[in-house]
Amino acid sequence: MNAPDPAATTASPPHASFAARAHVALADDGLRRKFRRAMDGLMTKRAAQFADTEAWASLRARGAAIRRRALARLPELLEQLEANCRKNGITVHWAETSAEADGIIEGILTRHGVRTIIKGKSMVSEEIHLNHFLGEHGIGAIESDLGEFVIQLAKETPSHIIMPCIHKSKEDVASLFEAKIDGQPYTEDVDVLTATARRVLREQFAAADAGLSGVNFAVAETGTLCLVENEGNGRLSTTLPPLHVAVMGIEKVVEQLEDVPPLLSLLTRSATGQTITTYVNFISGPRKTDEQDGPREVHLVLLDNGRSRIHGDLQLRETLACIRCGACMNHCPVYTRVGGHAYDAVYPGPIGKILTPQIEGLGKAGDLAHASSLCGACGEVCPVAIPIPDLLVRLRREASHAIPSSSVMGAGAQHSAVEDWIWRGWRWMYATPLFYRLATRMLRLIGNRLPASLPMLRDWTRVRAKPQFAPRSLHDLARDRGYHDE
Amino acid sequence: MNNARSAILARLRATPQGMLPALPEWRTDVPSAERLDRFCTLLEASHAEVVTSASQRWPALLAERLKARGNTGAIGPVLYAPGTAHGRQLAEAWADQPDFPLVAYDRPVEELKETLVHGVGAAVTGTMGGIAETGSLILWPTRDEPRLMSLLPPLHIALVDAGALYGTLTEAMIACDWAAGMPTNALLISGPSKTADIEQTLAYGVHGPKELMVIVLDP
Ligand code: SF4
Repeated sequence: MNAPDPAATTASPPHASFAARAHVALADDGLRRKFRRAMDGLMTKRAAQFADTEAWASLRARGAAIRRRALARLPELLEQLEANCRKNGITVHWAETSAEADGIIEGILTRHGVRTIIKGKSMVSEEIHLNHFLGEHGIGAIESDLGEFVIQLAKETPSHIIMPCIHKSKEDVASLFEAKIDGQPYTEDVDVLTATARRVLREQFAAADAGLSGVNFAVAETGTLCLVENEGNGRLSTTLPPLHVAVMGIEKVVEQLEDVPPLLSLLTRSATGQTITTYVNFISGPRKTDEQDGPREVHLVLLDNGRSRIHGDLQLRETLACIRCGACMNHCPVYTRVGGHAYDAVYPGPIGKILTPQIEGLGKAGDLAHASSLCGACGEVCPVAIPIPDLLVRLRREASHAIPSSSVMGAGAQHSAVEDWIWRGWRWMYATPLFYRLATRMLRLIGNRLPASLPMLRDWTRVRAKPQFAPRSLHDLARDRGYHDE
Repeated sequence: MNNARSAILARLRATPQGMLPALPEWRTDVPSAERLDRFCTLLEASHAEVVTSASQRWPALLAERLKARGNTGAIGPVLYAPGTAHGRQLAEAWADQPDFPLVAYDRPVEELKETLVHGVGAAVTGTMGGIAETGSLILWPTRDEPRLMSLLPPLHIALVDAGALYGTLTEAMIACDWAAGMPTNALLISGPSKTADIEQTLAYGVHGPKELMVIVLDP
C-alpha cells in the first residue's frame, strides 16, 4: 500500500482577505450544495435532540456554569490536574507557544526512537501544525480518523472541526483512494471505501511506535483524560502503540468527574445529534505493571498559545468556555455558504472567528471578526452559551481602536484615520442643527446624482442598489404636519 | 519547560478570578422499570444485536447464535479472558465444541500482537454494567480482561448483568464511586465502531468492531 505521505501537510494558501476567498468559494456551486446538505442534516438532528426546551435550558445552564467555574479556577485546577496525572504515572509538560509544544513532542518521540506516529483526531495538533513539524524532523505522522485520513491523502486541511472532509463527495474520495492506494479500484460504495481505510490503517496501527491524541475534557479531581469518538481510532492510538502523547489547550480542564456527563451530553448532541458517541474513553495513566496492554508511557502536553492572555480579559475569557462541538458553524449562514477553507484558519466558523484573531492577532486574522452577519444563530445554539456575536463586536472594536489595548494581540490593527475623521464629522453634523439641515438639503440635491463608482460608495453598490434620497426629508414632512422642533 | 509552567500560571494568576457560579440543579433519570427496555432499544438503534440469556446458558446460546450465521469458519477464533469467571465458564462449556476455537488473552500484547491484529474473529468480555439513558456498556478493563479485547476483533460480544443497569452515567459514577479510583482506561461503548465521514453516510467497523452483540444476563 501507499502510506499517506506523512511529511506532506498542506501549507496555507497564499494570503488573501477573507472577502476574496469567500468570493471564490461562493462561485463554486458544488461546494455550496455539499455544505448546504450537510449542515441541513446536522441542524435537523441536533434540533431533534433538544426538542424538550426545558430540559435543554437546564442542561445548558449546568454546562455553562461548569465551564465558567473551571475558567475562574483555571490556575489551581491546572496544578491539581498536573499533580493527579503525575500520581497516575502520566508525565505532564507545559508549552507557551506552538513551537514549544512541537519541540516537546518531537523531543519525547526522538528519545524513544519513534519513526512513525499514528494520530487520533486532534484540533490542537492542527493548531500547532504538528504533522508538518514532525515531517521536517523525519518523523511520519499518520492521521487515522477517516476524515483526516482522506484529507491527508489529498494534502488538504480540515474544513470542519468535527467532520474534516465534509467538502469532499464520495466521488472525490473514490478517485483519491484509486489514485493513492495500491490495488484499489474506483468505487463509490462507502462500505468498501471504509473497509479499505480499515485495512490500510490497521497495518499502520500495528506498526506505529507511538500514538497521539487530543483531549475533550481533562478531569482535575482524578487526573483523567476523556476522549470522545465514534470510530475507535482514538482508542487504538491510545492503546496499541507503546507510547501515548496527548495534547490539549489549557482551557480543557474541568473540576470533577461528575462534570463530564452533562458536558458529554451537550457535546455529542450538539455536534452530530447523537445521544452519545460510540466510544467515551477515560484514560487515567499508562499500563500498570501487571496489565497486558496499553501504552507503557503516557505524556500530556498542556498548550497555552495565547490562551492565558485571552483568560486575562473577563469578557473575552468566554471564548475559552468552548467545548468544540461545531454547532455554531453548522448553524452559521456564512459558514454554510462559503465552507471551511475560506476562513484559512484551523478553526473555521463562528468559534474560529472569535478564537483565531485572538490567537494569531487582529493584524493577521482581524478580518475574520467581520465574516459574520451578526444574526445571532451561533450564540443561540452554543451549548455552553458563549455570546459569540458580542465577542465579534468587541473584537471589531478592538481592531479599529486608535489606542491599542493590551487585551488583544494586534488591537488597533485596522485603525483608519480616514474612518475616524468620517465618524467625527458625522457626530459633529448630528450635534449641530444648522449644519445637519444644510447637509441633508445638499444630499437631497446632489445625492442621487453621485455616481455609484465613487470610492467607498463603490464597496456598497457593488452588491447592492444605491440608496435613493427622498425628495423631502422626514423633518420637512413632520413640520408640514405641524410638529415643531423642541 | 519549567519556565513555561511558571509563566503560564503567573499570567493566569495575575488576572481577576471572575465570577464563580454555583452549579445549577440538573438531573435526568430513567425509572427502574423502564431501564432494561430503554437500554436494549437504544443499543439496537445503534446497530447492536441484543439477546437475553439465563446466566448459566449463555455459552450455549452464543454458540447457537454464531452457528446460525452459517459458514462457521468465517468467524474465526474467539478471543476470551481465561482469568475471569465468565471466561472460565465459556472455556468449560465450549471444551468440546469444534467450530470456534478459543484463544486466550493471557500474556502481554507484545507477544500476541499478530494474533490480535489479524488472527481473531471475535472476543467475549464482561462489563461493569450498562447505562439506560444512552444505551451504553461500561467497561473497566483489568489485568485479566485487557483493553484491546473490545477493540481489535471484528465482532465484540459483551455480557451485561440485567441487575447492573444504571439510569444515567452520573448515577453509575456515584454508585460505584469512580472518583475514588479510576482504572487505567474506563470506557463506555454504545454500538459498533462507526463513521459518517464520507458524505454523512453511516458505515460500520471503520476501526473497531464491525459488530457488537450484547448478551443480557437475566438470572
Ligand atoms: S463556540 Fe459553542 S457552539 Fe461553537 S464549537 Fe464552541 S461550544 Fe460549540
